[in-house]
Amino acid sequence: MKILVPVKRVVDYNVKVRVKADQTGVETANVKMSMNPFDEIAVEEAVRLKEAGIATEVIAVSCGLLSCQETLRTALAIGADRAILVETDVELQPLAVAKLLAAVFKKESPDLVILGKQAIDDDSNQTGQMLGALLGRPQATFASKVVIEGGAAQVTREVDGGLETIKITLPAIVTTDLRLNEPRYVTLPNIMKAKKKPLENVKPADLGVDVTPRLKTLKVTEPPKRSAGVKVPDVATLVAKLKNEAKVI
Amino acid sequence: MTALVIAEHDNASIKVATNNTITAAAKCGGEVHVLVAGHNCKAAADAAAQIAGVTKVLLADAPQFADGLAENIAAQIVALAGAYSHILAPATAAGKNYLPRVAAVLDVQQVSEIVSVESPDTFVRPIYAGNALATVQSSDAKKVITVRTTGFDAAPSTGGSAAVESVTAAPDAGLSSFIGREVAKSERPELTAARIIVSGGRGMGSGENFKILEPLADKLGAAMGASRAAVDAGFVPNDWQVGQTGKIVAPQLYIAVGISGAIQHLAGMKDSKTIVAINKDPEAPIFSVADYGIVGDLFTIVPELVKELG
Repeated sequence: MKILVPVKRVVDYNVKVRVKADQTGVETANVKMSMNPFDEIAVEEAVRLKEAGIATEVIAVSCGLLSCQETLRTALAIGADRAILVETDVELQPLAVAKLLAAVFKKESPDLVILGKQAIDDDSNQTGQMLGALLGRPQATFASKVVIEGGAAQVTREVDGGLETIKITLPAIVTTDLRLNEPRYVTLPNIMKAKKKPLENVKPADLGVDVTPRLKTLKVTEPPKRSAGVKVPDVATLVAKLKNEAKVI
Repeated sequence: MTALVIAEHDNASIKVATNNTITAAAKCGGEVHVLVAGHNCKAAADAAAQIAGVTKVLLADAPQFADGLAENIAAQIVALAGAYSHILAPATAAGKNYLPRVAAVLDVQQVSEIVSVESPDTFVRPIYAGNALATVQSSDAKKVITVRTTGFDAAPSTGGSAAVESVTAAPDAGLSSFIGREVAKSERPELTAARIIVSGGRGMGSGENFKILEPLADKLGAAMGASRAAVDAGFVPNDWQVGQTGKIVAPQLYIAVGISGAIQHLAGMKDSKTIVAINKDPEAPIFSVADYGIVGDLFTIVPELVKELG
């Protein structure tokens, strides 16, 4: 079984992002970039399936700037076998990424695609579902458990109010939620090994995909700040304030 | 120009997230129709017809819609999409699951989790866990949108008298099947619909200790929530999680107990009307967003608070 794992390069989750003064976006110059944490969980899951003897090959793919190669090297260090970069400097939106991934899917014919449920930069939560629709294949989003058996995946999903389990026929798309697994730390020997693994570079035009953005960002602003209130000395004062001042109880 | 809102329902009744989405749809400028896709869901469709501002309800009632499988729901929406300028769903686990499939088939770049409608083609949405707000303009002919429910008031559940029209059900895609569901049973209101929320963090110390929050939640008729730290520590189930990676809430009153106030938690609750923080660390970031803070041991303060509320 072949697994395709799309990964995105994003501002590291520990970085407090700052909105640019000209309101064109957030500051990304000289900011630490990392693999989208949900995608890291996806790579880990794919590699575990390979280690369990269920998968035979794990292919990481990323779409974007040349610097996404670093992110792909991280995926290779976790344990992916080879990587594909779809290189472009056009701003990619989820529909365009889904189209690029669909083209890669058609070339590689994987049995399973595992990717993060959302990227922590644009928070769109769309790519996996769009890929499924473009390919006419089923999806299991927000996965917290994946079991592969007999040409199908049984997936437990995190939904509002609890968990649900569905069965999807392979080939299929799975998007990861936080509790699917805990990604391993990459070790230095594996980082060194990753440098020797194959990394292919293609362009959107090679895949016949038009990646022109559909959404125009008019401005990016800071959210309204909430100001700190008061510290109250005791419970009686708190209750009085909630009753008489805030009028919420 | 007409908008189609995809209803969130349990086949018997309409969930309030639908009402918030109807308000957003009305701001897009035209009539608002509602699709109820489910099985034996006539009661839900009738309830949708009563919501103020709705002019037509489409009812797709078939076994393949019983459990909300994304492939089947999306196919139904696509079949109806031709007549609509805007297609909106609440940004719930269900809406986020099926709507991008609709957008992809229609060749539309979806706009996710809008918090404001600036004009029929321009919307505001949070990015970077709510640390920035992007105003985006869509160049697609149709707009496909998920709505962050806390950004819009709920349309009143009564006052409307829309006709309910049955539509031909899209066939079962046959690609996925529903196995089962583990729903946490609770007498308390749902987190995303609650007027008051009592939330616990890592400071609670254990799952057992969350019990001291129960009398407080009972007294206030509140839902119970938790920070990601409390969930990661295994104190409570994941569906209690409030924050960027959990539920986004905006109740009238949010009481944060033993929660330090990590950015990811604040992103999920900072739109609450009134925030109360109870924490032993006077420097905890939660105090920078709280309207009322009380510094001290939660194990003393919470029982006192219950007593004071009478």
